[in-house]
Amino acid sequence: MTTATASQDDHADHGHHGPAKGIMRWVLTTNHKDIGTMYLWFSFTMLFIGGAMALIVRTELFQPGMQLIEPEFYNQMTTMHGLIMVFGAIMPAFVGLANWMVPLMIGAPDMALPRMNNWSFWILPFAFGMLLFTLFTDAGAPNFGWTFYAPLSTTYAPSSVTYFIFGVHMMGISSIMGAINIIVTILNLRAPGMTLMKMPLFVWTWFITAYLLVAVMPVLAGVVTMMLMDIHFGTSFFDAAGGGDPVLFQHVFWFFGHPEVYIMILPAFGIVSQIIPTFARKPLFGYASMVYATSSIAFLSFIVWAHHMFTVGMPLQAELFFMYATMLIAIPTGVKVFNWVSTMFRGSMTFETPMLFALAFVVLFTIGGFSGLMLAIAPADFQYHDTYFVVAHFHYVLVPGALFGIIAGVYYWLPKWTGNYYNEKLGKFHFWMSFIGVNVTFFPMHFVGLAGMPRRIPDYALQFADFNAIATVGAFIFGLSQLVFLFLLIKTIRGGEKATDKVWEGAEGLEWTIPSPAPYHTFAEPPHVK
Amino acid sequence: MFSRTWQRLSSVVLGVLTVPTALAEWDGNMTRGVTEVSQSIFELHMLIFWICVWIGVAVFGVMFYSIFKHRKSKGAVASKFHESLSLEILWTAIPTVILIAMAVPATSTLIKMYDTTNADVDIKITGHQWKWQYDYLGEDVGFFSNLSTTKDEIYNRTEKGENYLEEVDKHVVVPTGQKIRFLITSNDVIHAWWVPDIAVKKDAIPGYINESWALIPEGEEGLYRGKCAELCGIQHGFMPIVLEAVTADEYQVWLGDQRAGKVAEAAAALGDFSFDDLMTEGAEVYVRNCAACHGSEGQGMGSVFPALAGSPIAINDMAGHIDILINGKPGTAMQSFSAQLTDVEIAAVITYERNAWGNDTGEMATPQMIIDAKK
Repeated sequence: MTTATASQDDHADHGHHGPAKGIMRWVLTTNHKDIGTMYLWFSFTMLFIGGAMALIVRTELFQPGMQLIEPEFYNQMTTMHGLIMVFGAIMPAFVGLANWMVPLMIGAPDMALPRMNNWSFWILPFAFGMLLFTLFTDAGAPNFGWTFYAPLSTTYAPSSVTYFIFGVHMMGISSIMGAINIIVTILNLRAPGMTLMKMPLFVWTWFITAYLLVAVMPVLAGVVTMMLMDIHFGTSFFDAAGGGDPVLFQHVFWFFGHPEVYIMILPAFGIVSQIIPTFARKPLFGYASMVYATSSIAFLSFIVWAHHMFTVGMPLQAELFFMYATMLIAIPTGVKVFNWVSTMFRGSMTFETPMLFALAFVVLFTIGGFSGLMLAIAPADFQYHDTYFVVAHFHYVLVPGALFGIIAGVYYWLPKWTGNYYNEKLGKFHFWMSFIGVNVTFFPMHFVGLAGMPRRIPDYALQFADFNAIATVGAFIFGLSQLVFLFLLIKTIRGGEKATDKVWEGAEGLEWTIPSPAPYHTFAEPPHVK
Repeated sequence: MFSRTWQRLSSVVLGVLTVPTALAEWDGNMTRGVTEVSQSIFELHMLIFWICVWIGVAVFGVMFYSIFKHRKSKGAVASKFHESLSLEILWTAIPTVILIAMAVPATSTLIKMYDTTNADVDIKITGHQWKWQYDYLGEDVGFFSNLSTTKDEIYNRTEKGENYLEEVDKHVVVPTGQKIRFLITSNDVIHAWWVPDIAVKKDAIPGYINESWALIPEGEEGLYRGKCAELCGIQHGFMPIVLEAVTADEYQVWLGDQRAGKVAEAAAALGDFSFDDLMTEGAEVYVRNCAACHGSEGQGMGSVFPALAGSPIAINDMAGHIDILINGKPGTAMQSFSAQLTDVEIAAVITYERNAWGNDTGEMATPQMIIDAKK
């Protein structure tokens, strides 16, 4: 993505340490900017692959009846869509942004563990290559949903489940290494004077996210290993016929899975907390309370997992505990939203594309938060659970939540990366198409879910037809408008109005003190933070 | 001019305030249902919904006020304030109070839902890929319930019926005015038995028996439709539930009919069957029970579900063929059909499989062979 080259390296005495030529530059690189770029392109590719699968699903659901694909392939599509978007698009995109921006924001010359950084990226194409190749095998791709509940994913799984397990292990290794690298970098490479409570919020949220990753990715590895043992080595962890417990699977999976959903949203909180002050030209309101709120959310994420399992038949006391604990999350999340709104209040706002995406994030993520609060109410969840209401909820927090956060971040830092301003008109067009598309797709899902449409079904009763048709139209609007984004990115990389060092009038922070585009090596001499 | 805008605005606000009643009848809201529990869940849902709406109005109100008033293009100059401890405490405390107000009714509803004691009727529900089995405990009545929507409707070859994908061959019949306890389990993967009108949704998990209950008040007799809510494989979208609530007297009559029907069935198995009878019935049984995995032409599916056309079991080994239907094949998705199909049906479908799609063995399995094999 970057056009920065060795010639722009202002440290002439080791200028020959510039990037290698050709493809080997990318294979061998240990430069945080190169690796960040690769992560971002990788996740963008995955976004299109996962998005194409979503469009296949939505096309089948356009009308009642089976038209395009068979139920078996439909299940493969929903499963792969979920896995690819969660592990291939959202998570690597955040790691890419962290690679690029964390060193620039804390005044570090690079990530602390550059070789491991290279490895943690290069594992990913192989992991996803393996996962995707199962689509072309006889048995077909995994078809048991991205939550892969046993025994559907063990005794009753297609043989490709073994590739899936290996793929998940590789993704997990990549994530854990990436997270360790971020923790070590933040703890050790901050510029003099950059105390913890002076760190930009993006750094803070990633710091907390990285601890979540280190804590829960091994749990995911554990649960898929138990599956592997059940399938191939005769154990019965999840097989009731052998004395095992299918519900154990869900407890272990969601002990990973709930922190995982915060892994996918906390860095977006950080990005939005950078962007809103810049374009409101006013410091972030309640910086310290933002840090504490993020930490509280991270802590709570470990004690709410069973709210995904209200209908498995837990004892009443457990239901009540998980309901109350889940409701508590609304408090720190509310504090964050109130702080963002207070930052805007009596600011001097302008509405460039990053700000538009950030504002949409605040509104639409909050709507996703509201439906989350409704889902937390255990008795009501007996009606919501496993319906499209849940699909609407988590797509509201993940698409206009996490994904809009990422897109806002890309627009915000793009001039710093490429040295060029993007085309503002095109950016705004991309925003409005995405905004309309996302709402037309996911808002009707609330209604169709409340009306009783279960999720993960390839065909539905006639009363759900209208809402489904609308959602499909929205999905195509949203999907196609991402091509505008691709076009804009390529155009910006290739040229455009030259960006200033500060890029945005209201920008604050170390990343805006270096030239645009950012030179290949930055902060070889640590800056001093007052 | 101003007053007209104001009028319009207040009518919108009034409209929003009166919407709750309208929403209940609209297709896009939660089912209010017919039981006390389902109605208190509905009330709870609407309460939380309106609390969220008003919080949203307040928060987004301030946000959009700032967006319109405090924009640079209108000459707004940024203030410098950036923290306030009292504000932070205030907007921690107020949500806490609101949450407690939500938790109180939620807790009492949940306690009510968990009280499965003193049931009048016990129905054991077993999930299978992809059908429901109902056993009326202590009544000697039990049966399987399959989707009755035809493949032609699903694949758009004929007009779709009114209850497309929400109709079954045998309704689960329950009495009104009596407390019914559902004991829910599964024979293979996890399913979830869900009927929105009685607000019962419970996972059917192999190795577990989950409990739930409903009391449908007298006067609310009728059909209530539901679905499997947990992904359970290929036909997850095709295993609906139809609950038929009848008066207590009608329920007793129905139970009697079921028992009589069973006796008649057993007697019928001892009768004579022609090859053609068995082939006709077998084709029907096949479509309903086997085609989902083994394909409508016996072609199988992927590497998991073997083809029956040309299969050694379906051509050579008659005893093995009968055995696999009666006992299933452990470790695979092939389940035992011994309980869910009658002896006549098993004989019919075996006869069909041995003579369809080029499997021209000319052999016929009789119901008597099935009865003998089961001994």
